[in-house]
Amino acid sequence: MRLSPSAFFARLGFSALAALIGAFFALPLIWFLFAPFNARAELGLALPNPFTLANFAQVIQNGFAMRGLLNSLIQAVGGVVLVGIAATLAAYALSRSSLPGKGAVTYVLLLFSSVVSGSAAMVPIFLIISAVGLIDTHLAVILVFAGGLLPTAMFILRDFIDSIPRSYEESAMVAGASPVQAFFDVALPVIRPGIVVVVVWAFVNVWGSFLIPFILLRSDELMPASVAIYSFYSEAGTPIVTLLAAYALLYSLPVVALYLFVSWKFGFRFFGGIKA
Amino acid sequence: MASVEFQKVTKSFGTFNAVTDLDLAIGDGEFVCLLGPSGCGKTTSLRMIAGLETPTSGKVLIGGDDVTYLHPKDRQISMVFQDYALYPHMNLSDNIAYPLKVRGEPAGKRAARAKEVADVLKIGDLLDRLPSQISGGQQQRTSLARALVYPSRVYLFDEPLSNLDAKLRLEARSFLNHLQRDMGMTAVYVTHDQAEAMALATRIAVMNKGQIVQYAPPIEIYRRPATTFVANFVGNPPMNLVPVDAQIAEGVLQLRAQGLSVPGLPVTPGIAAAIGRAGRLTLGVRPEHLRIAADAAGPRLSGKLFANENMGPEKLVTVERPDAGRVTARIFTDDEIRLAEDVAFTFALEHLTLFDAEGLRIPLEGEA
Repeated sequence: MRLSPSAFFARLGFSALAALIGAFFALPLIWFLFAPFNARAELGLALPNPFTLANFAQVIQNGFAMRGLLNSLIQAVGGVVLVGIAATLAAYALSRSSLPGKGAVTYVLLLFSSVVSGSAAMVPIFLIISAVGLIDTHLAVILVFAGGLLPTAMFILRDFIDSIPRSYEESAMVAGASPVQAFFDVALPVIRPGIVVVVVWAFVNVWGSFLIPFILLRSDELMPASVAIYSFYSEAGTPIVTLLAAYALLYSLPVVALYLFVSWKFGFRFFGGIKA
Repeated sequence: MASVEFQKVTKSFGTFNAVTDLDLAIGDGEFVCLLGPSGCGKTTSLRMIAGLETPTSGKVLIGGDDVTYLHPKDRQISMVFQDYALYPHMNLSDNIAYPLKVRGEPAGKRAARAKEVADVLKIGDLLDRLPSQISGGQQQRTSLARALVYPSRVYLFDEPLSNLDAKLRLEARSFLNHLQRDMGMTAVYVTHDQAEAMALATRIAVMNKGQIVQYAPPIEIYRRPATTFVANFVGNPPMNLVPVDAQIAEGVLQLRAQGLSVPGLPVTPGIAAAIGRAGRLTLGVRPEHLRIAADAAGPRLSGKLFANENMGPEKLVTVERPDAGRVTARIFTDDEIRLAEDVAFTFALEHLTLFDAEGLRIPLEGEA
């Protein structure tokens, strides 16, 4: 197909503009990939020269920071397991049961959840956790995250389950399955793509959160990476860019790995079997 | 196999009555079709047999046992769903054998039985596939295989053929008919397709607005539709219905409508009861009982040619009568038929059906 000159220049202009905008947004990412390997990294973008792994070597020797990554993992996995199980069961019940007012329940929960995990509720949360005696434990962080993320997770999952025909479970029950069997044999595998989405979302939320662990935890041994990253600031509060960049890259790897694993193993997709 | 019975069953959703005061007895080994337009309560009735809906009042019996509040899993029934409801994560073998799995059969026995049923349904070489990897017709047969894999007391079908294309639907219909002859199963089959109901049922329950309008063998439904609703629902195309003015004079019944000319008919007690001396009736005549009038003799029904559709062995000729009602005739001929703008049909008087002002069929002389 031949383009007329005006259309050609219009497309050329559009492409140039798009490239410019793309480059603008890509710059921080490129810095993020280059700086960790640069012995003299600064805030400006530069090719690693000389290319080095010394930054990583130094970061790995920082026990507090490494311990932080492990703590992040404990808290994120704990939160995800709790949110995943509770949200699946609750969303399934909300979707399939004929409870009156179940819609209102979901919306009220959703409304409050944005308050619960928000900084506005930090004082009451601290007081509650302190009263329960869980200050400075992984469990405190996990529970607070679960409480904050559950309503939204339930909301997402309920919508997902609503879109799945009931005839799956109905056919299982007519075939002789109890409701529990029908749930585990048929409903759960069909809902799985929705659960995967919620799990990834919850993991990323806990993994990246700073305020809640910072407030609820006391001891260095329990601090997650989001807090530990501050050990790469000097006494005066200026970042040690080389180490910070290396640690940031390490810190982001588990999330990337999770995405890759999920899309390889489960895929963010849905499979058929119902004839519409 | 077992009988099924509804006793005064009502099911309401909020203020809407999906099924009202339903009484229906389905004998052991019968194949009953619930036939009606969407929203008539036929699927709700089926789901109450399955236990997927609970009646608001009344009782449902299977094999004489009250199962009104029994969980579906304890009813020993099978059901084929309109959307097939195949489990997308299981291969065909596991799908078909699922009812055996929940009954605790060992895996080897399950697979063997699934293979056996699948072979009968000609999907035996697809057992390793997932439901998404087979065609619609194969999915339909898989869901049928899952229903047949274990002995059930009642087989339920919820519009199982409505998602198939026309040719496959005919094939599947014949197969179901064959299966019924072979197994003598008790089956309840929901459909809105009168041809399916006619082809499969030993008895048809025609439903409208949550109630049964007529419950009779197909040929009875076809020959003696109880109401204009049934007449208009059964038959392809359905019965022609012409509103007429009726008058009894000198011992004969005179019917008048524009484009209609019928000689005086004998007055039966039924007719006398329906109109007294004069009133409105509806005259019904099946398209296949109309012929194109060759001469001026005999009863006739005429109008302006509206459509002339060639269906192969038959032609569908539709005329528009002066009062805008349409009448269709099925003319069985291989030849092209040439028609003038004005067309007159004729018919034998014995093929007339009369309905009273409420739309109820007026019984003939000698009928109860």
